[in-house]
Amino acid sequence: MSELRDYPSRVGHPASRRTGTFSYLPEMDETALRRQVAHLVDEGLTPAIEHVEPDRATATYWYLWKLPMFGVTDPGAIVEELQECRDANPGHHVRLIGYDNRRQTQGVSLIAYRAR
Amino acid sequence: MTNQYEAGVKDYRVTYWEPDYEPKDTDLLAVFKAVPQPGVPREEVAAAVAAESSTGTWTTVWTDLLTDLDHYRGRAYRIEDVPGDPEAFYAFVAYPLDLFEEGSVVNVLTSLVGNVFGFKALRALRLEDIRFPLHYVITCGGPPSGIQVERDKLDKYGRALLGCTIKPKLGLSAKNYGRAVYEALRGGLDFTKDDENINSQPFMRWRDRFGYVAEAIHQAEEETGERKGHYLNVTAPTVEEMYRRAEFALTLDMPIIMHDFLTAGFTANTSLANWCRENGMLLHIHRAMHAVIDRNPRHGIHFRVLTKCLRLSGGDHLHSGTVVGKLEGDRATTLGVIDQMRAPFVAEDRSRGIFFDQDWGFMPGLFPVASGGIHVWHMPALVGIFGDDAVFQFGGGTLGHPWGNAAGAAANRVALEACVEARNAGKDVEREGGDILRAAAKHSPELEAAMETWREITFDFDTVDKLDVDEGGADE
Repeated sequence: MSELRDYPSRVGHPASRRTGTFSYLPEMDETALRRQVAHLVDEGLTPAIEHVEPDRATATYWYLWKLPMFGVTDPGAIVEELQECRDANPGHHVRLIGYDNRRQTQGVSLIAYRAR
Repeated sequence: MTNQYEAGVKDYRVTYWEPDYEPKDTDLLAVFKAVPQPGVPREEVAAAVAAESSTGTWTTVWTDLLTDLDHYRGRAYRIEDVPGDPEAFYAFVAYPLDLFEEGSVVNVLTSLVGNVFGFKALRALRLEDIRFPLHYVITCGGPPSGIQVERDKLDKYGRALLGCTIKPKLGLSAKNYGRAVYEALRGGLDFTKDDENINSQPFMRWRDRFGYVAEAIHQAEEETGERKGHYLNVTAPTVEEMYRRAEFALTLDMPIIMHDFLTAGFTANTSLANWCRENGMLLHIHRAMHAVIDRNPRHGIHFRVLTKCLRLSGGDHLHSGTVVGKLEGDRATTLGVIDQMRAPFVAEDRSRGIFFDQDWGFMPGLFPVASGGIHVWHMPALVGIFGDDAVFQFGGGTLGHPWGNAAGAAANRVALEACVEARNAGKDVEREGGDILRAAAKHSPELEAAMETWREITFDFDTVDKLDVDEGGADE
């Protein structure tokens, strides 16, 4: 059995702050992100992008990037929009949302880019 | 106008067996599995069940003629063989809607599973399913918040939620208990849970527990930036005391409380659900005593009926069993039960033990909770079986981690997210589960240690298709 280890989370350590689904996994590369986007589209969800300063990440409402991408089903276009949001907002967290209008919920919400 | 009064005893089937009856949309329908005493005809038994659970008694009485019994009587309208049990048969009974008080599962159960279960002409009786007409459903309050609202309040989407029952189940002091809660939540779980038999014992009074748990939650939220909850058990000896505990949880700004609906009873549960709806509190429901009622295949009430009754009475979470490690029949039955918790409409499907179409209308759904004896190696199967709208509860599978609760929690969270990511990317998580977890463990020493601690299970789902098997009453 492996040696005892400390769990290294700290209040004073910003990286200990999590940002929802997939924030316990390493950040996805573009291929992995594209697969998640394709899944969102396959599920018939409406993609939307949100971003926020890390110290406001616990807020219910992050900044909505433009408007939800109603009717957009091209995963490439959605990934490009995510990148555009990231580049326009350096230092922000960026997440991808899949609105489910029928069930009135988000079928997908995942952290796409973490603040650097 | 009416028939003449004749005193005496009539066969039940004269009045209560009506094979030509066409059930109405507004009828409440029930199916019982009955085992008659030797020599008693099936029609007579079915009619007796209909009679004793509605208007009838053992003899004719003159006051029968003062009402329109033709309207009020329950009718046995169909009989079917039970596959695999030649002694038993299914009796279908239709009841007119106005036999039951609106919004009262208490009243429905008092009729349907009351005196009739002690009836002499029967050797055994089990209530297998009820079709609540939509007209009745909308008289009930239902889940205080429901799945969508709970997700919004907790800000958690696109994955199942993770919980953990704090152990040892009895004996910790309030402060030490809060420590166990804090560790599990800071590691990445969404919820921790009081064990069902934690109420307010001498070693840890409820008010002390609530206070330390609240502190643990607030600290873990500050540290992780995520919203957390602990199912504060408000099950109490009296309803007055139950409310006192619920009110205190509210003053501590706690998002969720917990109740045991069978030991406390449906009246208390329905009142508590109404209080929760009024106060924006989520309600986790535990099911102590269910196995006493639902485990014997020939006696009692099937859990799918208890589930329907709970959805009507009110609760946002309900334990459902885990499926994993059991038979295929269990899987089908459990899927049938969790459909009743979550779906707006469930169609008749005998392969899942569902006897009737059930329309839930606009009533919100609730989260099924898979709990008891599960660990990281079960995660792929849980994601495959339950999907996202569920709570997976790892007690020993969190607290038993060699490095402690926080590491155990992180291992579970990483395993869950890895399985969801893989599923979304098009992988068959149940068959490729081992590889998915091993890949995720490369980035998570906590997961790696958990996988070393617990034995790998095989991902082999070629099993026998069988229903009507025992359902476990495992520790959850």
